Amino acid sequence: MESLLLLVPLSVALVFLIGGVFWRALQSGQFDDLERPAHDVLDDDDRPR
Amino acid sequence: MTAGCFHCGLPLLEPGRHRAFLLGAERELCCAGCEAVASTIAAGGFERYYEARSADAPSALAVQDADFPEPASPQASLILERITCGACLWLIEQVLRRLPGVTSAHVNFTTQRAQVAWDPSRTSLAKVIAAVRGVGYDACPYEPRRHEARERRERRAELWRLFVAAFGAMQVMMYAFPAYVGEVSLSDMQLMRWAGLVITLPVLAFACRPFFVGARREAANGRLGMDTPIALGLAGGFAASAWATLTATGEVYFDSISMLAFLLLAARFAEGTLRRRAARALDPLLSGISQEDIPVGRILTVAPGQRFPADGVVEGGRSSADESLLTGESHPVPKSAGDRVVGGSVNLEQPLTLRVTHAGADTQAAAIARLAERASATRPRLVEAADRVARVLTPVVIAGAALAWLYSGNPWVAVAVLVVTCPCALALAAPVVLTRAAGQLLASGALLTRSRALEALASVTDVVIDKTGTLTEGRLALKRTYVLGKLGERECLALAASLEASSRHPIARAFAGIDTVPVEARHAVGEGIEARVQGRLVRIGSQDFCGALCSSRRDDSQCSVFLADESGWLAAFELEDQLRLDAKRVIEEMAQAGLAVHLASGDTPEAAGAVAARLGVARWQGGMTPQAKHDYVARLQAEGHVVAMIGDGVNDAPVLARADVSFAMGAGADAAQLKADVVLTGNRLDAILGSFSLSKKAMRVVRQNLGWALAYNAVALPLAAVGWIGPWEAALFMGASSAAVLLNASRPLAGPPPWKASSFSSLSRSPSYS
Repeated sequence: MESLLLLVPLSVALVFLIGGVFWRALQSGQFDDLERPAHDVLDDDDRPR
Repeated sequence: MTAGCFHCGLPLLEPGRHRAFLLGAERELCCAGCEAVASTIAAGGFERYYEARSADAPSALAVQDADFPEPASPQASLILERITCGACLWLIEQVLRRLPGVTSAHVNFTTQRAQVAWDPSRTSLAKVIAAVRGVGYDACPYEPRRHEARERRERRAELWRLFVAAFGAMQVMMYAFPAYVGEVSLSDMQLMRWAGLVITLPVLAFACRPFFVGARREAANGRLGMDTPIALGLAGGFAASAWATLTATGEVYFDSISMLAFLLLAARFAEGTLRRRAARALDPLLSGISQEDIPVGRILTVAPGQRFPADGVVEGGRSSADESLLTGESHPVPKSAGDRVVGGSVNLEQPLTLRVTHAGADTQAAAIARLAERASATRPRLVEAADRVARVLTPVVIAGAALAWLYSGNPWVAVAVLVVTCPCALALAAPVVLTRAAGQLLASGALLTRSRALEALASVTDVVIDKTGTLTEGRLALKRTYVLGKLGERECLALAASLEASSRHPIARAFAGIDTVPVEARHAVGEGIEARVQGRLVRIGSQDFCGALCSSRRDDSQCSVFLADESGWLAAFELEDQLRLDAKRVIEEMAQAGLAVHLASGDTPEAAGAVAARLGVARWQGGMTPQAKHDYVARLQAEGHVVAMIGDGVNDAPVLARADVSFAMGAGADAAQLKADVVLTGNRLDAILGSFSLSKKAMRVVRQNLGWALAYNAVALPLAAVGWIGPWEAALFMGASSAAVLLNASRPLAGPPPWKASSFSSLSRSPSYS
């Protein structure tokens, strides 16, 4: 089980990395409007504008 | 969609008159306005709106032109109004994006606000708003206020805490899992314990900060709330686990702690979302009111399509106003010289000149917003009782946890007790329902000034109505003129009108619209008016007042206003108060709903009896003094009835205070000074009916929630104390019970009201957590 010595610290590092990614996404306003995506499927108009 | 108008769903009054070709077929529409809107939608290629929508569109707005001052920078935040479903927002965004000159348009579906930027050389704010109105909605620009930025920061911080806890909990669970399964060497176990510690540390130190801050505040105030047991449980559990990790002995429960933090934060986030949504409901009310200091008495001209920036009296012009935001009344209200307009309502047809009477914080809109906020300061007795239980419960729980620890010798039993009996559900049970109920009542034109009244509303058995200004318009009209002397009817009316011209008494309004000659009138308060016209002294007023002038007496109970000169009686006028249009229907519906309707009037018994007969009210009494009305209500209450009193809110304050719940007609009056539990901002009687049924539903949900929360605690506490529930299950149960309470509270309280075209309709949607 020596692999755990590497894998467990790696997973801890990953947790903090993913947390940082989420922080960036949050600050960019990605989660400010959670109702809109459900309605965006209406906007499937692919005619040229 | 329905047999009515294809666009807005209203009944077709003239079938076949208005049509449009939509979605591949000829469709019937109710009016020219809907026809224009539907044609605009079809011409723009937005017909898919009709396929995607889940509710009928609002009926067309009467005005489309708008004259808005161009802001310094070509961008604006718009509050969107009259939204009925998500497809509306989609439609608005599409329309804005295809408007020539608009460089960017973004609609936030959660807040129902739009951010628009445009090229000032090609379009303007007025054109942007006209485009929104062209498809049947309304928009008004607003200054994003400081509290809005704070709200967004708050929301982001809550989401970030939630994510940290959720992700931490998932990861820590992975490290904990091998220990549950077994077959792990001691060194590997120790490695995973350390990993759990490293990840739980930020969860506890950062994500759980609000609980520790709350607990410290509770300790400082000397009052134990619901944060204290949570903070104790979290800190105690973490300390014990950290000690076990450091010394490589005992058990660790990092997974339980993170999971508990996540569930608690999720409940908090849901509650915060509902709270912010409720707070936003008042924004459109205030957005129209000018923030600048407009001096009282200033004369303003308001163009059609604009909002009145302050309360005022019309000085010139003839138009109508959309007051739906303040009153729930969706029909335009005609306005001409002398009429009051309320700040925040929209001028629809013609320019109006008005004299400002109240500005800024003194306006009716501001008063309504303040009252609505104040309402949440009081709570129904049932909820106060629950709060007291929650306060008593906390020390009991902490003592119970300590005892369980001593008795079992296992600290984890104490943690489980602390967590499982957290009175969160109890604390959440009522506020959410109350906030939503108040919002829906406001949308239908009933402003709840004390949440406490909701409880009484739900159990009303008798309705006592004061006639004047309640069932009637409170506006006297001339019914008949009896000529008594040598002058003809026309001369008498002209004399009467001339004398009354300078009076502001309600009686004077009955003579408005008749040509007058200028006279120098002397007012005798409570008696009448006297003036010298063409050399002779003439009086108008009560029987005694006029009789004193011509030194003769009459005995006439039918008429209330007389005209006489020195030589004798000239005329008697019979005045009548117009019944409200909806009075009969509302009285009938109240009777159908099983409510006993009483009429208690200060008018003469004849007048009261006539009104009672016309409305079909069997229990009536006329000629009542305020004291008699008070005793009447008291007598009903002594017989065990729960009495709702409906009055004008000014003259009958003592009776209103005596009744279990009181309604006052609020339109035109100073809402803040009305001493009533419910102010009918639209003067519409049907709002009363709606408030009875809505309050019944709201109180039922509150009772269900309280019952559930108490039953849950009663069952969970002993189970955790004897060690049957571990900390991990405790957190799950606690979270589930909070979620159950929140979900129950967010069920719709009432179907959408028929006048849902108001912008408050957003409140009647079931909330989604965002």
